[in-house]
Amino acid sequence: MADAPLLSVEHLDVTMRGIPVLEDVSFQIAPGETLGLVGESGCGKSVTALSIMRLLPNPPGKIAGGRILFDGIDMTALDAAGLRAIRGDRIGMIFQEPMTSLNPVYTIGDQIGESLIVHRGMSGSAAKAETAKLLDLVGIPSARNQLGRYPHEMSGGQRQRVMIAIALACRPKLLIADEPTTALDVTVQAQILDLIGRLRVELGMAVLLITHDLGVVAEFCDRVAVMYAGRIVEEAPAAELFRRPRHRYTEALLHTMPAANPPGRKLPSISGTVPAPLDRGDGCIFAPRCGFAVPRCTAELPPLEGAPHRLRCWNPA
Amino acid sequence: MTTTAILPPRRLIARTLGTPGAVAGSVILAILVLGAIFAPWLSPFDPNATRVCPRLAAPSLQNLFGCDLFGRDIFSRILHGARLSLAVGLLTVAISLIAGTFLGMVIAFLGGRADRIGVRLLDVMLGFPAIVLAILIVAVLGVGAFNAALAVGISGIPRIARVIRSATLTLVGREFVDSARAVGASQTRILRRHLLPNLLPIVIVLGSLDLGSAILSTATLSFLGLGAQPPTAEWGAMLSAGREFMRYAPWTMIFPGLALFLAVMSVNLVGDRLSHVLDPRASGSDG
Amino acid sequence: MMARMPWFLRRILGIVPTLFLTWSIVFGVLQLIPGDPVMLALGGTPASDEVLDNERRRLGLDQPVYVQYLTFLKKMAVGDLGNGYSSKQPVSEMIAARVRPSLELALGGLLVGIVLGVVLGIAAGLRPHGWIDTATMSTALVGVSLPSFWIGMLLIYVFGLQLEWVPILGDGIDALILPSITIGLFLAGGLARLIRSALIETMAQDYIRTAHSKGLSIVRVVAKHAMRNAIIPPITLLGLQFAVLIGGAVVTERVFARAGLGSMLIDAVLTKDIPLVQGLVVYTTTAYIVINLLLELLYGIVDPRIRSRRA
Repeated sequence: MADAPLLSVEHLDVTMRGIPVLEDVSFQIAPGETLGLVGESGCGKSVTALSIMRLLPNPPGKIAGGRILFDGIDMTALDAAGLRAIRGDRIGMIFQEPMTSLNPVYTIGDQIGESLIVHRGMSGSAAKAETAKLLDLVGIPSARNQLGRYPHEMSGGQRQRVMIAIALACRPKLLIADEPTTALDVTVQAQILDLIGRLRVELGMAVLLITHDLGVVAEFCDRVAVMYAGRIVEEAPAAELFRRPRHRYTEALLHTMPAANPPGRKLPSISGTVPAPLDRGDGCIFAPRCGFAVPRCTAELPPLEGAPHRLRCWNPA
Repeated sequence: MTTTAILPPRRLIARTLGTPGAVAGSVILAILVLGAIFAPWLSPFDPNATRVCPRLAAPSLQNLFGCDLFGRDIFSRILHGARLSLAVGLLTVAISLIAGTFLGMVIAFLGGRADRIGVRLLDVMLGFPAIVLAILIVAVLGVGAFNAALAVGISGIPRIARVIRSATLTLVGREFVDSARAVGASQTRILRRHLLPNLLPIVIVLGSLDLGSAILSTATLSFLGLGAQPPTAEWGAMLSAGREFMRYAPWTMIFPGLALFLAVMSVNLVGDRLSHVLDPRASGSDG
Repeated sequence: MMARMPWFLRRILGIVPTLFLTWSIVFGVLQLIPGDPVMLALGGTPASDEVLDNERRRLGLDQPVYVQYLTFLKKMAVGDLGNGYSSKQPVSEMIAARVRPSLELALGGLLVGIVLGVVLGIAAGLRPHGWIDTATMSTALVGVSLPSFWIGMLLIYVFGLQLEWVPILGDGIDALILPSITIGLFLAGGLARLIRSALIETMAQDYIRTAHSKGLSIVRVVAKHAMRNAIIPPITLLGLQFAVLIGGAVVTERVFARAGLGSMLIDAVLTKDIPLVQGLVVYTTTAYIVINLLLELLYGIVDPRIRSRRA
């Protein structure tokens, strides 16, 4: 990484009602780079995304330790005004549920233009013109006529395009996409991902893509970080990670991909379940489900080490 | 099969007393009920005897709540007023509940056109502001304590009927009604033996929630001169008289109002809790 | 045919049968008044049979009931409410003369209720279980049990008679303060509870998170994005209460000796002035129905989803 990182998450600890949900999460994103954050549901991906934006409802969520440096600014130390200046302007975010993420009582034109008025100080008519351009950009045809439409008049895919237009209105340096395609039809999923990929290049922004879908990551990301039970267990350039996964959890996860299995056969799954936060021992949290665990695995937590291929494992592949 | 099993009385009381508000409400209500029952023995004076004390005398040891314009003892009148208010409140709720339940069950059970017309009429009746409907009925019946109770009771019928109709509709679709029909039970028997017991928890909830406002509404009509007439010892009528003299004798309006407020509040607190314990939708939860 | 009409026309036409049914019920109920209406019309003054018959014919009471009913409906449709028994004046004019005091009081009460209810409701809803919430909600719980005429009298006693801050009688704006507070307190409790629950529900929605992610201020998030979604239940409550109030705050007018429609209704009932009772009830219920309609039209403006819903 030649450039100074755009986003640097350092040793982030987050608790919910006092129970740790993120522990020692560290990663960096360079300007223009795309990082995929993958893991099963409940592993802390979305909490990570919300924590970066400081959108985690508090209470019950609380950042208990670590720093989040965006462009050199520590997000964890910002007051409300400081956060407002960054949210929607320098970091944009899109969410999993396009059906409920848009306000039902305002037109899409209003909701997209609002960021421009608030952050750029644009007049209503200037914001309107810019909003029409944004709708063109996200591929909603005859955009001018669409400004007065309401969310309930649009399909899920169109609504997600509107969400993207909102997130990109102020040309942010970083886009956080939290499972942006999970709630959509398969064909629409590909379109939305293509769109994000194209805009990333056009606008030169960095993307943090959160997903449970390894196929998406393989197509889309420069680097991948794998999370398990609130910790990052492995992080590597995408091609490297798919070619040579080293953590036993990553390896198991890759085996569950449809592309790794002959069609028609039932997909393998990882046996066992993630232990509850209060039932975790001193060692690697994956150890109880791991087929390659050695005695040290249950006794001592492995550190996250190595560059550019970082790994948290005592007995890697 | 049934929605809620009625709890044995002892457990019901224990659960009803589950919150501080309900305990406070029960204590106040118990005092009022005892005061009402034993009013003739507890009252130091005859509530209607005039000149038992100086006109508009301030509260004292002899006359705890002071005296009114005619030299009647306000404390004695409030005790006797409790009898009237509680009795009238119960009568009012009984009228709304019995007629409303009957009406609601019948139109739901008949279904079809009868149901559509019935619901339409009930909705129109619900469009009358409650106090206006009660006053309109008083205009027909004439003034008086009993007529005011009747008027408030009748004006409460549409709302009860509307709720009971919906509840009956959900029951009519259940299998135990079908099986009763299958074995040849008559319509009346199905209504009485199968639907009514299942509606009882809802009826009790509605009644416990309505009692407080029934007491308040009848007292309001008396205050307006449409209910109990002087010299009856009734809280609303006492307040109306006290209004004239509050500059010189504020106790003539403070104590009857306080009694009315405490009665309505205690009934509401207990009713609120009782409905929470009994509500079929909230069964199982004991928050 | 109905389905192709614009939504607001559908709604407006929808109240015609409701009005018709309501008027019919008022007519029907008043037919039940015992006693000869002519005697009531003459106010109990003794009269010869000839005078009675003339009066009966003049009032149309010699006609069969169904003819009287049709005449009543015909007159209602053009706003003719007949003449009062005691004043012999047209009821519509009598009502018009009393609308102002009732309307003033309704607006005053609404103003106090909205200010108090909105402020407390929002404060409580943004911090559920905080101290404002706890205090407001327990006060509201106790408040529903307070007889409003008692509150009115206590206000008169404390602020009018003891402290002498405000006059308790008169037509001036300052004489409106205490009755407005009496009504406002009553409104504020229910309003605060509704706003609180609607706001708590709305603030948990995904689009509120989106609004925060756009970097909007908390004021903008609440005032623009949350309130417009949370506002329909409170608007409904206020609209219907307003409808009741413009028909006359019966109790408050009595307590403060204000000559509005509410006190007129009581007097009409006590003097058995049937046309006046009928006219006042028709006026009140019609106002209620019309305001209900206006509310529904307003929902359509507030929430676009209601506009596009098919009836």
